[in-house]
Amino acid sequence: MTGPAAGDWPAIPWGAEAVSVSFGGLRALDQVSVGVRSGQVTAVVGGDGAGKTTLLRCVAGALAPTGGAVRRPEAQRIGYLPPSAGVYDDLSVAENLQFRSAVFGITGAAAGRQVGEYLERTGLAAARDRLAGQLSGGMRRKLGVIAAMLPEPELLVLDEPTTGVDPVSRADLWWLIARAAAGGAAVLMSTTYLDEAARAAHVLVLDAGRTLAAGTPAEIVASVPGTIAVVPGRPDDTEERRRAWRRAGTWRVWHPPGVPASEPVRPDLQDAVCVAALRAELAGADA
Amino acid sequence: MPEIVDPEIADAEIAGPEIADAEILAECASVSRVFGRFTAVDGVDLAVGPGEVVGLLGANGAGKTTLIRMLLGLLPVSGGSVRLFGQLPSRASRRRVGYLPQGLGLYDDLTIAENLAFSRAVFTGTASASTDVPDSLRRYAAIAVRDLPLGVARRAAFAQVLAHAPELLLLDEPTSGVDPLARARLWETISQTAADGAGVIVTTHSMEEAEECTRLVVLAGGRVVAAGTAAQIVGPARTTVVRAANWAAALRRLEAAGLRAVLAGTELAGTEPAGAEPAGTPLAGTEPAGTALRVPGRPAAEVAAALGDLPASVTTEPATLEECFFKLVAGG
Repeated sequence: MTGPAAGDWPAIPWGAEAVSVSFGGLRALDQVSVGVRSGQVTAVVGGDGAGKTTLLRCVAGALAPTGGAVRRPEAQRIGYLPPSAGVYDDLSVAENLQFRSAVFGITGAAAGRQVGEYLERTGLAAARDRLAGQLSGGMRRKLGVIAAMLPEPELLVLDEPTTGVDPVSRADLWWLIARAAAGGAAVLMSTTYLDEAARAAHVLVLDAGRTLAAGTPAEIVASVPGTIAVVPGRPDDTEERRRAWRRAGTWRVWHPPGVPASEPVRPDLQDAVCVAALRAELAGADA
Repeated sequence: MPEIVDPEIADAEIAGPEIADAEILAECASVSRVFGRFTAVDGVDLAVGPGEVVGLLGANGAGKTTLIRMLLGLLPVSGGSVRLFGQLPSRASRRRVGYLPQGLGLYDDLTIAENLAFSRAVFTGTASASTDVPDSLRRYAAIAVRDLPLGVARRAAFAQVLAHAPELLLLDEPTSGVDPLARARLWETISQTAADGAGVIVTTHSMEEAEECTRLVVLAGGRVVAAGTAAQIVGPARTTVVRAANWAAALRRLEAAGLRAVLAGTELAGTEPAGAEPAGTPLAGTEPAGTALRVPGRPAAEVAAALGDLPASVTTEPATLEECFFKLVAGG
C-alpha cells in the first residue's frame, strides 16, 4: 500500500502525489503520497526523522518538493501550525488572535463568538492577557491551533500539535481537531502516537522518508500478511525472536503466511505498524 | 457542568503493594513540598521495590518532577521523608541511580563513545580511553551527539544510564519522539532491567506506555489520587460509544445537548482472539459501524436521546485508562 490509487484522486481535494524531497544528498521524502479529504482527519505517523515535517511543509506550501505534485487551496485558505512555534511569544493570547484576524481580514461578531467558545472550552479564556511566551507548552499549542483555525481554512495542516503535551491539554487539542473536521475542513496532522493516529479516518505511516503503510486503519490492519500471536515471554527461538516485540507486558510474534501460529489475535493499528516496520527491517537485514 | 462522580473509580485502591522494608529501593513517606504559598507535592507515599516498573501519571503541574527531584535529593522536602536505599539521598546513594532526564543528559559536542567514557569515569572514578559501545550503536560511536538522529541519541542515553548497572532507574518520558517498533524495543530494555532486579520509576504522558508498567501512581494537585495496575484503575468502568456514518452530525447534536464527545476513529484497539464478537452490543440504533465518538461519564440513554433520529448505534464499552485518568484528575 503506497497511498491513494490514481482512480481515488478525483474525490480527494488536497494532498501530495508521489512527492520527493532531497536536501543536498539526503533524500528526506521518497515518492510519498497522501490524500487529505474534507471533513476528515488524516494522520501522518512516524518517529523523529521519518519525514513528517517535510511532508506537511510541502502540503502547506512552505516547501517546494524536488519531485511529484502537491494539491492545495490558495494560501489564504490554508491553516498551518508549524512544529515548534505558531504563535508570537511577545504578544498576549488576545493580541495573537487579533493580529491573525487582521492578517486574514476576519471581522464580525460571529467570528468573535467562535474564538470565544474555543478559548473558553480549551481553558485559555482566563489567560487572554498573558504573553504567549509565558504559557505552558500545552497552552501554546492550543493557541497555535486556534490561530490556525481562525480563517476557517479548507485545509488545516497541524505538525505534531500534541507532542510533549500533557493528557488534559491533548484532549482539548483533539476537541479542536474534531471541531475543525466536523466543520468541513480537511485536516492533516502528524503525531508519534498510534493511539492518536487511530482516531483518524486515514493514516500514513512514514519511516526514513518512505511509506511504510497507508490507508484507513481498517485497511492497514487488513493488509497484515500472516498472523500475530501473543506469548507471555520473549521467544527462545532465535528466528521467532527477530519477529517479536513487546507490548503491554506480553510479547507479540508475527508469523508470515504459511507459518502456523497458536492463539492468533485480531491485530490493531499498533500491531499492523509494528509488523510493517519489522518486515522492512528483516528485508533490509536479508538484502 | 455537573460533577461526574463514578463510585467505581472513587474506590480505586490507593494503597500500593506490600514490599518488605529491606527490599525498598526508594521510598517517599508523607512527602510534601511547598513553594511560597503553592503546595506542589502534598503528603505523597510511594515505594519502589526490585523488579517493579512504577509509572507516574499526572497532568502538567501535578507534582511529578518535584517528586523526582526530592527523591534524588536535589530539592529538600518541606515535610515527610525520602529514602534512597534506606538512607537519606546523598552523592553516594545517587551513584546507584540511573536518571534519564527529558533532555537525555548527553553532551552534544561529545561523541557517543566519549559520553559513555565520561559517564563511566564519573560513576566509577576510573578514567579509561576505551569504552564498550553497545553493538547496535557502534556505527555511530564516533559522531557528535548533536549530529545524531534523535532515536539514536535516545538509545545512547539509555546505554549511558544503564552502563553503571543502577539499582534504581528514574526515567522522565523516556520514549517521546520514537516510532512504535523502536518504542517497543526501548520497553524491552526497561523491563529486562527490572527483571534483572532493578526498580524503575517512569513519568509519562502516554497511556500506551502506562500499560507497560507493573503499577501506576496517578498524581493530581500534588496528591496521589489512585494507585494500582492499569486494570485495577480502570476496573469495571464503561463508556458510552456512538458510531455514526455522519460523525460530524452526531458530534454537533451531542455538543448541542451539552455532552462532551471525543473522536475515536473507526477502529477500537482490541486484543480479542480472531473471530471473537466485538465488545459492543448495540443498546440503541443500528449495528455498530462508522466512526466512533466516545462520551465518557454519560449514560447510553441520555446519549441516545441527544442523537434523536440520527442514524447511529449507541453501545457501552470498557473505559480506557485515559478516560479513568480524566475522571481522577477532575475529581482530585
